[in-house]
Amino acid sequence: MQATDLFGHRSRQERELAGLDNLELPLRPRKSALRRFWSGAWPQLAAIGIAIAIWQIVVLLELKPVWILPGPLAVLPELWHDLTRDTRLIEAMATTLRRAAFGFALALLIGILIGLAVTRFKLLRTAVASLITGLQTMPSIAWFPLAILLFGITEQAMMFVVVLGAAPSVANGLIHGIDHIPRILLRAGRVLGAHRLDKYRFVIFPAALPSFVGGLKQAWAFAWRSLMAGELLVIIASQPALGVRLQLQREQVDAVALIGTMLVILSVGITVDLVIFGNIERRIRRRRGLGVA
Amino acid sequence: MSAAHGLATITPRLEAAPSGATPAIEVAGVHKAYGPSGSHVLALSDLTLNVAKGEFVCLVGASGCGKSTLLNILAGLDRPQLGTFSTRGRVALLFQEAALFPWLTAAQNIELALRLAGVPRSERQTRTHELLHVVQLEGWGDKRPHELSGGMRQRTAVARALAQGAEILLMDEPFGSLDAMTRDILHDELERLWKDAGFTVLFVTHDVREAVRLGDRVAVLTSRPGQVAEELTIDLPRPRLMSDPEVATLAERITHRLREEVLRHAGD
Repeated sequence: MQATDLFGHRSRQERELAGLDNLELPLRPRKSALRRFWSGAWPQLAAIGIAIAIWQIVVLLELKPVWILPGPLAVLPELWHDLTRDTRLIEAMATTLRRAAFGFALALLIGILIGLAVTRFKLLRTAVASLITGLQTMPSIAWFPLAILLFGITEQAMMFVVVLGAAPSVANGLIHGIDHIPRILLRAGRVLGAHRLDKYRFVIFPAALPSFVGGLKQAWAFAWRSLMAGELLVIIASQPALGVRLQLQREQVDAVALIGTMLVILSVGITVDLVIFGNIERRIRRRRGLGVA
Repeated sequence: MSAAHGLATITPRLEAAPSGATPAIEVAGVHKAYGPSGSHVLALSDLTLNVAKGEFVCLVGASGCGKSTLLNILAGLDRPQLGTFSTRGRVALLFQEAALFPWLTAAQNIELALRLAGVPRSERQTRTHELLHVVQLEGWGDKRPHELSGGMRQRTAVARALAQGAEILLMDEPFGSLDAMTRDILHDELERLWKDAGFTVLFVTHDVREAVRLGDRVAVLTSRPGQVAEELTIDLPRPRLMSDPEVATLAERITHRLREEVLRHAGD
């Protein structure tokens, strides 16, 4: 039996507990935000530098005439000029980004509805779950002839294909997320009295979030690719868009501007994928103590 | 402010001293089988058990005695095929893993339980703070579960259970995955909370000494089907230690009883 002196049994117990707890504190302080940013950024900057150097070397080898394959020294200043002095590139970007945002939002809505329906109803799951994945193997460009027949040379035709490309990824991300919620968390939610809407709001959605964001990331890649294919095929003359510019620049054999447009398309894709979704994903994973992918 | 004082403001309706006679948990003739009919495994058969209000009862049994099944039934996660059961007062279930939501901080986990229990927003923050104090985790509220040790996570889970306004704690091997020192301290901690707040505990464990250390009563379950084979009242004075010779002697007796039970399934 422990002695209960003036300080009492509890005070010793409390102190032991506090001691154990404090031993849990991490020894290593976290690196500053700037250092963390830099340690992630410099390898990427170096990779971009190397890619540009290889490009320059290929140009210097003169495998193709310089007016067909211009080097970075010709393309980058021209691109800078187009971005800062010329409104047409910005207008084209605006059209394309508006379409991408709208198509992605539509895919998000439809994907979430399908995903929820599939996880809710067993019969639906057996019927359509594999169909959704199957849909993803269809190259989006193969949908366009049908889309043009259905909707004509319109934005609807593009949206149709973008949604077909992106919605399955949204749905799959959600289905996968909900399917893999640890059972113990669902039970904890039930014991806490989270039923119906509360169950979705406080347990199911937050638990499925990491996988859902992964699905969004993939959906964005599909949407962006589908949209570019669409803009090359479905040319609406009154609306300047990035894909339209590519076509025109090829017809005019303006390789300097063409490669510039390609760089813009690449940058937009990467920015949304890595900077936006990548950061959200990393933050979610870090907060939950999951390994950073 | 003493911990006891903090608790009194949190669960005011428990201030009245528990009377030994009122049952908090009544289980009569409960029967539960799994699997398709014919090939099913009988988990519980004709199980009868009463736990008085404010009592600390430990359930021990070998594998397959349906300990967890019984707790799931009492927590409303599962249904028996036959028999009746009733619980008086709110029930909280604690698992071997703390089962905290990893996307919330410790404080937010407690706050969510308060919210789902219908505590108005204006009171939640103060009560979360009080509950963190009760389990001695002040200053750790903004940490996420993965940043806490196993013992701290379990204490957060206890605070979450108290946030539900639970008067009955069902504990399913809650300290099973902790190191011995943390477990010993948490035994003291749980005993103190139980004494101060006067809730009822049904504590499942496979560790016989732990059962004797904590319980007013230890119920020994048979395996497949699970039934109460023996109930022992532990008259040893508290606080006890796992290493007390009296605890060891009683534990020895119960272990012997459990081994006989396992032999019954040897198949000869």
